[in-house]
Amino acid sequence: MALEVKDIIKPENLVYAKTKLLTERMLHYCPGCTHGVVNKLIAEVIDELNIQEDTIGVTPVGCSVLLYNYIEIDWHEAAHGRAPAVGTGIKRLRPEKYVFTYQGDGDLAAIGTAETIHACNRGENMLMVFINNGIYGMTGGQMAPTTLEGMKASTCPFGRDVEHDGNPLNMTSIVATLPGTCYVTRQAAHTAPAVRKLKKALRKAFENQKDKKGTSFIEVVATCSSGWKMNPVQSNKWMEANMFPIYPLGDIKDV
Amino acid sequence: MSELRLMKGNEAIAEAAIRYGVDGYFGYPITPQSEVMETLMDLRPWESTGMVVLQAESEIASINMMYGGAGCGKKVMTSSSSPGISLMQEGLSYLAGAELPCVVVNVVRGGPGLGTIQPAQSDYAQAVNGGGHGDYNLIVLAPSSVQEMADFVELAFELAFKYRNPAMILSDGMIGQMMEKVELKPQKTRMSNEEIAEKYPWATTGKPSSRERNIITSVELDPYAFERFNNKVQAKYKQMHKEDVRFEQFQCEDAEYLLVAYGSSARICQKSVQLLREKGIKAGLLRPITLFPFPGVELEKLAGQVKGMLAVELSAGQLVRDVRLAVNGKVPVEHFGRMGGVIHSPEEVVEALEKNFLKG
Ligand SMILES: Cc1ncc(C[n+]2csc(CCOP(=O)(O)OP(=O)(O)O)c2C)c(N)n1
Repeated sequence: MALEVKDIIKPENLVYAKTKLLTERMLHYCPGCTHGVVNKLIAEVIDELNIQEDTIGVTPVGCSVLLYNYIEIDWHEAAHGRAPAVGTGIKRLRPEKYVFTYQGDGDLAAIGTAETIHACNRGENMLMVFINNGIYGMTGGQMAPTTLEGMKASTCPFGRDVEHDGNPLNMTSIVATLPGTCYVTRQAAHTAPAVRKLKKALRKAFENQKDKKGTSFIEVVATCSSGWKMNPVQSNKWMEANMFPIYPLGDIKDV
Repeated sequence: MSELRLMKGNEAIAEAAIRYGVDGYFGYPITPQSEVMETLMDLRPWESTGMVVLQAESEIASINMMYGGAGCGKKVMTSSSSPGISLMQEGLSYLAGAELPCVVVNVVRGGPGLGTIQPAQSDYAQAVNGGGHGDYNLIVLAPSSVQEMADFVELAFELAFKYRNPAMILSDGMIGQMMEKVELKPQKTRMSNEEIAEKYPWATTGKPSSRERNIITSVELDPYAFERFNNKVQAKYKQMHKEDVRFEQFQCEDAEYLLVAYGSSARICQKSVQLLREKGIKAGLLRPITLFPFPGVELEKLAGQVKGMLAVELSAGQLVRDVRLAVNGKVPVEHFGRMGGVIHSPEEVVEALEKNFLKG
């Protein structure tokens, strides 16, 4: 027999709770945005690994600039694209800490391309989380390096024309070729199984730091309902149909 | 133990950094300052003091590596020359906005553009006005000898940490490349992580249950809160002008004409003062050591004594603007300077002073 609500909420019947590492701040993300899910998973993994005191996060410039409001750890907010350099500085001077960067596609794959490639190539012993929503969310939906061919954005209002705008950039495949990366994977966060897989990947990436294996790089193929001008359900469907063929999910490298 | 050595200015910077107990150096090669990182890599301080030295992929990366390290409460520094310093400006603005200490050495070469690898003082305005976007300033020190290149590493860090603000050592290709006798101070021990956590409670040292999380950031979206922040930063600059102005006077007591010059140009002007005095012209020299905070009060005092001031610099006229602001029309202020990597002779300075104030 199904439990009544008054019984469901009894502590002994709880099967899931908000991790204590998430603050009480209301998220500023739009409804349906992938950032919030990934923020929560990172908080859960840090909590489960019991490394709160030893973790320093680096936030980007982009929609997740205020991520430091949500997780109870020390944070450093970097300039646009420079999170891998900021992370390098932190990790080199505090090598015993767990360091991760969290960046959007404009941040990581356009303005910060050099910092991304060189941090990975040096094998900086940190985690880089890459939220690929194919658009510049924060500045109002302009074309990103990862915007798909034909996909509309405010600076390619008739759809990305590769002859004029260039091709979508697959940064994750590029960094997988670099000897400094130890773990490169592409994940999503739109279904329960996807969330479970992503969480496993995040956990593994933090553990890689303990083992000093090099750079772990996790791309999360994500939606931006506001930028894409779709509702969250349509966004997920569109992502599966259009983003996944170009950015296929799965591990690319695991050494 | 302190030690006497014959060294280049750039080498002295590297030696002094290790001895002072700097935690990290991040840099990118550029003439005329590459000896700083070359000396560090040669000395391998990571094996002795534990100092980290890393060659970054660009000056943009080096300043942002510094940003990360400074956030951890570590003593971090970089060195570069003019084009590289231009690339660091966004990062410096962030460091100032996040109120972080660090030390940047600019061994200036002539510009604009790729320019020349010869010495110049044409980055003065960039250095003393902050250089990047927003209302902020760097603490700017101007060494005029190899000894001061070494000594100002410590001074720059002391001031940077006192005010939680980036400091710049504004040198040039002449001071960086020339060799002089220098006394190096004894080795200090670097601060431990525990000492840092205690002394710098703002640093990202990992959040223990005993304190709130530390967030290094320069973003504030509430305009009223951000105006309050700006006021706080401006108050620091006022305090610097009260407490930390440094300058040197040379034969100013009875001077009727004053040369104002810093760094390599000040060395040349010392000789010019001597030549002028031999000609019976009572000249003196004021050498600002801190370019920010600028010794404007001292210049204003001297404006009541002298008949004219000549700002002498290796640029088209940047220092001269600060001198004019300081004396506020009380006395004529003229400019003399060579550009493009050309260094003026003491005699040229004498001629310029005579032409401006004594002939005509
Ligand atoms: C130097 C600099 N250039 C441009 C910007 C403006 N800007 C802020 S966020 C952003 C793009 C963000 O897009 P993305 O990295 O994809 O992250 P998202 O917002 O989609 O999560 C840009 C161009 C900036 N802050 N700094």
